[in-house]
Amino acid sequence: MSAALSFTAVEHQRRGKGFWATFLPPFLWMAGFYLVPLAVLLSLAFQKHEYVHIIQEFTWENFATALSPAYRPALIRTLYVASAVTLVDMVIALPAAYFLAFHAGRWKTLLTVLILLPLWSSYLVRVFAWRIILGKAGILNWVLIKAGILDAPSPMFVYNLFSMGLTLCYIWLPFMILPLVTAFERLPRNLLEASSDLGADGFATFRRVTLPLVMPGLLAGSLSVFSLTSGDYLTPALIGGPGDSLVGNIIAGQFGVASNYPLGSAISALVLAVLFVLMAILAKKRVLESF
Amino acid sequence: MRQSRTTKWILGFYTLGVFLFMHIPLAVIVLFSFSDKRVLALPIRGWTLDWYRQMLEDERLYTGLFNSLKVASTATLLATFLGTLGAFAVMRWKFFGRNVFRSAVVIPILLPGIVTGVAMLSFFGTAGIPLGLATVIIGHATFGFPVVFNMVNARLARLPRSLEEASADLGATPAQTFRRVIFPSIRSAIIAGALLAFTLSFDEIVVTIFLTGKDNTLPMEIYSRLRFGMTPEINAAVTAILTASAVLVLLSTWFSRKA
Repeated sequence: MSAALSFTAVEHQRRGKGFWATFLPPFLWMAGFYLVPLAVLLSLAFQKHEYVHIIQEFTWENFATALSPAYRPALIRTLYVASAVTLVDMVIALPAAYFLAFHAGRWKTLLTVLILLPLWSSYLVRVFAWRIILGKAGILNWVLIKAGILDAPSPMFVYNLFSMGLTLCYIWLPFMILPLVTAFERLPRNLLEASSDLGADGFATFRRVTLPLVMPGLLAGSLSVFSLTSGDYLTPALIGGPGDSLVGNIIAGQFGVASNYPLGSAISALVLAVLFVLMAILAKKRVLESF
Repeated sequence: MRQSRTTKWILGFYTLGVFLFMHIPLAVIVLFSFSDKRVLALPIRGWTLDWYRQMLEDERLYTGLFNSLKVASTATLLATFLGTLGAFAVMRWKFFGRNVFRSAVVIPILLPGIVTGVAMLSFFGTAGIPLGLATVIIGHATFGFPVVFNMVNARLARLPRSLEEASADLGATPAQTFRRVIFPSIRSAIIAGALLAFTLSFDEIVVTIFLTGKDNTLPMEIYSRLRFGMTPEINAAVTAILTASAVLVLLSTWFSRKA
């Protein structure tokens, strides 16, 4: 092990046993258990499917089916639901993360733990909690009736795009707040003081100094939330309406009941393509390093 | 930073609202775990600990919990080992494709779980590897790895090189330098990464659905019951887990502050 961990300046240039001992295990794991599976998935996308058999014959058919009117609406819905959820979480998270980093004082540790707390319960149960809140016999209806706003319980709060969007915003919010808190904490305070000494008001300082400096964190959080939302299929299944399925539901269906791996792979490949384009854009802004 | 008191108060109230939004669903879960009705609706007329008794007698919940702990701890160990090594490799040596490697490493946490799940499912199917807890562990370790990698990598990047050089100049062997200089300064990053990897694995369901065989993890067990609706017993189980992890983390924060 000691060879792997030699840290003299010379070694930085000269790769020896140490390099291979530290580099190979993670590299082989990633290649074998991640890149190869992705390659298998992509190759399936170009194979023919008849009944339950996969025929090894090159075809674009699966992509044509994936983009056909049967599946296109779900793809488009996923794009705009994921974008909307990302935007809403950004608006929710920015001020809260700012407050946490600058004004929380001795409460900061506790509040940071509180952001993580939901992650230790259960994703499924938290989604279900919204059904208890928004359902027809739910807490919201009970409160509205007690307050005299509603006469009878209304089913309008659940099993639709609204309840799905709200729950998605809720579920993935910690993944927006956490990188933002880190970004605000790393902000050099003296720059903010300099800006204010030079006569900038609070808003100008925020827009021209703070925001550009936390941008990598903000974009990192956004990429996470966008990606997590666009791959979520249990939330739409548990709390969305019957017509609100996202692309994840379709992929899960093709790898489950429908057992059409090639079509499922082609749709996954489309999701991958969108995310890779986003990543390539963000990689230029050095966002990938701020996760 | 001279901000007016008003701005501070507005920000404070806004943050309070955000925290309420984040915790009201948890409060709902905890609340209904003590309600003596089976129906999860207000008003709650009586209180009971019955659901906790039922939970403690539920064999299948134990099996799920045990499997989840097994998966999460094994996957976390693997992820911590791989992530720490990878972070060292990237930080210490210049090699062809280093930047590509560094960006590619984070892909498993950036791509949605469902893609990871179906890709691995296709791969294991093609390779003829039977599904089970072992394949779930492989899946979880793969997305835990970048979590640890990022934490350790960020910490190493801020570690001044001069510390190691000083240690070497003073006659320490590389092993001694690692043990007494490097490791103490990255220890908390490794622990933080491992904790996060464990957290994500313990509650993971999307990848697990595709990669598990007959064995259920706790989230899978909850999922199979949710099809028939939520039961107060599940609320009790989730409340118990929540309390246990909150106590553990608060204790560890308290201890690390004392240390």
